[in-house]
Amino acid sequence: MIVALGERSIKQTFRRPQLMAPLIIFPTLLLAIQVGGAGRAVDLPGFPEVNGFLDFMLAGAMIQSTLLAGNSGGIALALDIEMGFTDRLFAAPISRFAIVLGRLAGTAVLGALTALWFLAVGVIFGVRIEEGVAGALLMIVLVTLSAVAFGGIGSAIALKSGKASVVQGLFPLVFVILFLSSAFFPEALLQEPARSIAAWNPLSFVVEAARDPVISAFSADLLVEGFLAVGLVAAIGLTLSALALRSRLRTGG
Amino acid sequence: MTARAQFDTVRALMRRGLNEILRVPGAAVPGVLAPTIFFLGLTAVFGSLTKLPGFTSDSYESFLVPVSLLQAAGFTGAATGVNLARDIEQGWFDRLLASPASRLSLLAGLVLSASFRVLIPATFLLIVAFSLGAHFPGVGGLALTLLIVMGMAVVASGWGVALALRFKTQSAAPLMQAGMLTAILCTTAYAPLALLTGWLQEVARYNPVTQVLDAARQGFIGDVTWAGTWPGLLVLAGLAVLLTATALRGMNRATY
Repeated sequence: MIVALGERSIKQTFRRPQLMAPLIIFPTLLLAIQVGGAGRAVDLPGFPEVNGFLDFMLAGAMIQSTLLAGNSGGIALALDIEMGFTDRLFAAPISRFAIVLGRLAGTAVLGALTALWFLAVGVIFGVRIEEGVAGALLMIVLVTLSAVAFGGIGSAIALKSGKASVVQGLFPLVFVILFLSSAFFPEALLQEPARSIAAWNPLSFVVEAARDPVISAFSADLLVEGFLAVGLVAAIGLTLSALALRSRLRTGG
Repeated sequence: MTARAQFDTVRALMRRGLNEILRVPGAAVPGVLAPTIFFLGLTAVFGSLTKLPGFTSDSYESFLVPVSLLQAAGFTGAATGVNLARDIEQGWFDRLLASPASRLSLLAGLVLSASFRVLIPATFLLIVAFSLGAHFPGVGGLALTLLIVMGMAVVASGWGVALALRFKTQSAAPLMQAGMLTAILCTTAYAPLALLTGWLQEVARYNPVTQVLDAARQGFIGDVTWAGTWPGLLVLAGLAVLLTATALRGMNRATY
């Protein structure tokens, strides 16, 4: 059932190009614009030693895409609720949480695909992954898990609100979380209070773990911190989803 | 319908458009907050760029505030498109099409309401920007900037309406937002032209929205001049004609 619902969510995304746009096209364009617009930042004192600004930005773009994938998954789930499709699934003899897990399975696949996409874009435009194939694989795993974690939060909000417009309204919040992390710029060069917040933002740990194999040799500390941060977000998302699902089943909407 | 009746239709649709903020706050509030969020976020992230030799302002807040104002216009236009898509999904738009009101009146009501609605996020953003130290551009400079922002809202709503009529679903919302954001960011949004790198420098040089942004930015980083103003106004008028004509074509093709 989870596989079937996951397949459905992936097909839904690919069937409508306008749903793919925010996952792939928008983060790719933003990556290109930020690299072109702020590329001279590598000349700033205190900027880490990198081959180019694209090397630095690649992991941030991937994680941004997974956040948007989580948001899109939430919108699609909310649309299913609005159209009554979820109610029909509730009436079927299947595990209720499989409905959420099915959606998250689809989000995970989309996360892996976006990671592959950005790796391809990066390599084509000259990014050199210091840790080679092993580093690239690690990035894919981390980005895929991140998609599940952020998708859990999107699903929780969709289940709680039942309205696509509310989940759609979280679009700017995705950028708040990104701006208050080291996704786009080194933490040391951020302005206050963003610098202090970024130091504690779980997203910073995820991005830095994904960036590490691109710009330097593996760092065990960064990897552990990154996976722990993903686990924390996933635990919060899945718990909130379970609570929202229970509330929806109890109240009927 | 008489001209008076058409005018009343436009006014009623404008009022309905302005009421959307109260009717569907879940969709409207992000449009009000998003430009300020981008402003605060981008100044926090890229504020150090002013330390680069050749940067034309020592205040990234002043440099960026016109970009965020244009983004406000982009979000407002997208919201207009989303609201229309919802009206199409719920069948309300069919009733408008079946009414004796002309398609032009229907479109005018939508885009004009967007041009006034953008003043809400713009005001909010300006209050935040000035409180953070953005340079005050003078009354004339501020009036010019707001005029440009209202014009950009017409352009963006033309884009949003055209897409809503094409896809007929609220799911097209990200496309409406991303299209305008891309046009606005592929300019001198992040840094002066001389400090942009690679392809973006060439695109920004020829992107017409760069002229619009430069005109809106003048007062924030220097003096307002006619030479710096007219190219932006000319481009804005051209874009408004082009995109509202595209939206009107979609309206004329719409059937109920």
